[in-house]
Amino acid sequence: MKPKIAAQSGTFESSDVIFLIEPLPDNSGRKLEISSTVMQQFGESFKRIIVDMLDQYEVTDIHLIAKDKGALEPTIKARLETAIKRSLDKQEGTLK
Amino acid sequence: MLYIPGNNPAMIQQGGVYGADSILLDLEDAVALNQKDAARILVRNMIQVIDFYDSEVCVRVNHLSTPFGLADLEAIVPLQPSAIRYPKTESAEEVANLLQIIEKIEDHHGLPHNKMTLHAMIETAMGVQNVFNIASKFERVDAITIGGQDLTADMNIVYTPDGAGIDFARKRIVMAAKASHIDVIDTVFPDVNDEEGLRKETAYAKSIGFTGKAVINPRQIEIIHEVFTPTEEEIRKAYRIVKEFRANSAAGIGVFAIDGKMIDAPIVTRAEYILRLANVTVG
Amino acid sequence: MLNSLGREIPEYIEGIGKLEPFQGALTKLRKGWMDEPTIPAPNRAYLPHQSKLCNSLEDAILRSNPHNGMTVSFHHHLRNGDILLVQTLTILHNLGIREITLASSSLNECHDPILTHLKDGTVTRIFSSGIRSQLGRAIALGVLDIPVVIHSHGGRVRSIHTGKIHIDLAIIAASAADCEGNATGSHGKSAFGSIGYAVIDARYAKQVIVVTDNLVNYPCIPLSISQNFIDLVVVVDSIGDASQIATGTTRITSSPMDLRIAKLAADVIEHSGFFEPGFSFQVGAGGASLAVAKFIREKMKVKGLKGSFMLGGITSYCVDMLNDGLFETIFDVQSFDAVVSNSLLNNRRHIEIQAALYANPFNSGCITNKIDVVVLGALEIDVDFNVNVITGSEGNIRGASGGHSDTSSGAKLTVVVCPSFRGRIPIIKKRVHTIVTPGESVHVLVTERGICVNPAFKELEENLRRAGLNVKDIHDLEIEVDQITGIPAPLEYTDKIVGLVEYRDGTIIDVIHQLKEK
Repeated sequence: MKPKIAAQSGTFESSDVIFLIEPLPDNSGRKLEISSTVMQQFGESFKRIIVDMLDQYEVTDIHLIAKDKGALEPTIKARLETAIKRSLDKQEGTLK
Repeated sequence: MLYIPGNNPAMIQQGGVYGADSILLDLEDAVALNQKDAARILVRNMIQVIDFYDSEVCVRVNHLSTPFGLADLEAIVPLQPSAIRYPKTESAEEVANLLQIIEKIEDHHGLPHNKMTLHAMIETAMGVQNVFNIASKFERVDAITIGGQDLTADMNIVYTPDGAGIDFARKRIVMAAKASHIDVIDTVFPDVNDEEGLRKETAYAKSIGFTGKAVINPRQIEIIHEVFTPTEEEIRKAYRIVKEFRANSAAGIGVFAIDGKMIDAPIVTRAEYILRLANVTVG
Repeated sequence: MLNSLGREIPEYIEGIGKLEPFQGALTKLRKGWMDEPTIPAPNRAYLPHQSKLCNSLEDAILRSNPHNGMTVSFHHHLRNGDILLVQTLTILHNLGIREITLASSSLNECHDPILTHLKDGTVTRIFSSGIRSQLGRAIALGVLDIPVVIHSHGGRVRSIHTGKIHIDLAIIAASAADCEGNATGSHGKSAFGSIGYAVIDARYAKQVIVVTDNLVNYPCIPLSISQNFIDLVVVVDSIGDASQIATGTTRITSSPMDLRIAKLAADVIEHSGFFEPGFSFQVGAGGASLAVAKFIREKMKVKGLKGSFMLGGITSYCVDMLNDGLFETIFDVQSFDAVVSNSLLNNRRHIEIQAALYANPFNSGCITNKIDVVVLGALEIDVDFNVNVITGSEGNIRGASGGHSDTSSGAKLTVVVCPSFRGRIPIIKKRVHTIVTPGESVHVLVTERGICVNPAFKELEENLRRAGLNVKDIHDLEIEVDQITGIPAPLEYTDKIVGLVEYRDGTIIDVIHQLKEK
């Protein structure tokens, strides 16, 4: 699936994470900029969650910026799913 | 009942530590219109993973008349929280329609129709008028609550600390709940720093029949508990009443006296209720 | 060699000497005396009517025989408003003095500017109770060749008595002083209250300079530090930033989480068996630890309970409780706000105490030997109840030993309060990074998700269970937290030792290894 529009999710609050998505032209690949206040301790698993979900949604070209402030896994997954769906212009049950 | 905004992960993940009897994860008024999807997905994830210990989990969905309500139900009903809270309920027909939709979702997931219950929020004048039908007609509705702020808005009056404007509504809602034998929860007290005011309002709510109160900050929980929990004195008296009642019943005596006061059926019922609240059994 | 907690301690360190491994909190005290000999206090004689006043701090330092390899000491009563430490080191550096040993009772963010002097060899050794901010990070990354020594408040006194910290020059900031050097912190525009940590320095340093921004007519009352120990007196425009030193009152936190933990801790204290008439009490200066005082105060009023003394680290909240009549006395070794300084000055039941009386284990009984209930914080705690208050989850040195191990060694009930995790980092671990307080001194841990009792205290556990409190096995809670946060990747260290954590009796309870920067 291809991200169609720029999208964002999450907040700058503690225990939350912000995802910013920008669509890229075909064959640009995945450009991931990942930062976290707990990068040393959870950086690996954070990256893995992002990659896994991009795989799940079959996203091959994307510019994704992630700024984490110690969010737990279910929060990371929720925020990422929200951002992806928004960028695919596929979110339901909300105002844009 | 502790209200937690559904788009706030920090508050949700700590929701269970405050010893609240129940937690309300709010997808409705506490969430901005353009974040409804984010909150829904977050709450959906969190309910599945976070341990809320002894607190019951309730989710307030958006009204079906909004673009968000149906999506909320579709995401949340399959997870079967303790209860779904429905805002601005105005008629029994509305509830019937809502239950139909819920049951359809449950069928789709092979879930029973009798586990998760429904709380109806009465927040409009029409809702107040129709409250008995709302409260009594459906087995799945096990609590009704009053939404003070929205109600004063609907009535076009200003909220006053003495609650005069919504007093009739409070009492009518309580009556409907009592007649239907379900729980009835009072509205939030917004001034978090006014502990005396909270105590007074809670005591009043208790005196007119409410069985619980909504809180917006964990600091308020203890005061609510203090007001609603029977005192040691009350418990001791109730224990004695029930014990003697059972002894007398066994001996075939219906009405008896303790310390010169007649103890009849209504007093025994109230005593049993107190012991239930206090979690005390008569050995 | 392994110490009794399983931590590997080297036998000898260049620049420090032979090390003794920790063998239990009370082991060395059981003898009844200290093996290490004490050094004599300095020997001086002054002629009558000799002036001690100097024109400037630099002038005073010049007159105090500065030399390479000297040890210079400071107190940290000025907290984050101190400017004298940085000024002194700058002056010494400019005089060409090198290889200085810095012995400040603690170090704060305001001392970050001296990092350049750690890098250029001006300062080569540090003794301190706490290190924070950029200094803490740089030291963790190995900026010094010789490990820093982290000691407790009581342990610092011991070190000075034995000459381990052999002070050549003590700089004592005072908010009021007279021309002979009688000094105090209890009044003046830069008032900071108790000057308890500086007394031992005054007694044992070869040269003592009192620095004040408020020269009063002779004599300066009270004589918190007395003139017979003072060599030189300097008057400056300002000893520090008053707004950072001791402002207003200390507020109780409004964080729902901290309040919840505090309430649970107060419940624990209430049902512990130690909440009795005449009990003594100590709490921290903020967060959940201070908030416990709020709930205890309410419980004391409801029960009509009166305590005996409060100890510490005193905030205005403690003063309120004294004035409520809930306690008879306050023993104040450090004052945290203006209300406290005022009370210290005016209330004879609010007593200024020196660090030796507060917490030195090697005497005929310091006050921490008498305390009943103490509430402490933690950066980390492990399943053996060992507590870390010095290194953070990212490997920085960012805390202080302070009175933690002192008070917990004596308290009948040591309550550690902390959230079970912070940000996403678990606080309850299988093994803490750095041990400051041994588990044997900790009776109970209170978190928002459960209360854990040290298995060595079965009666306490029964009391708490019987009271219906949420008591959990600490191993279970640790696993629960891991499941919530996920298991963090471990930090990486080198073999180089950058810090020694000294227990109050002089033994080494743990070492800090150099952090590998990623």
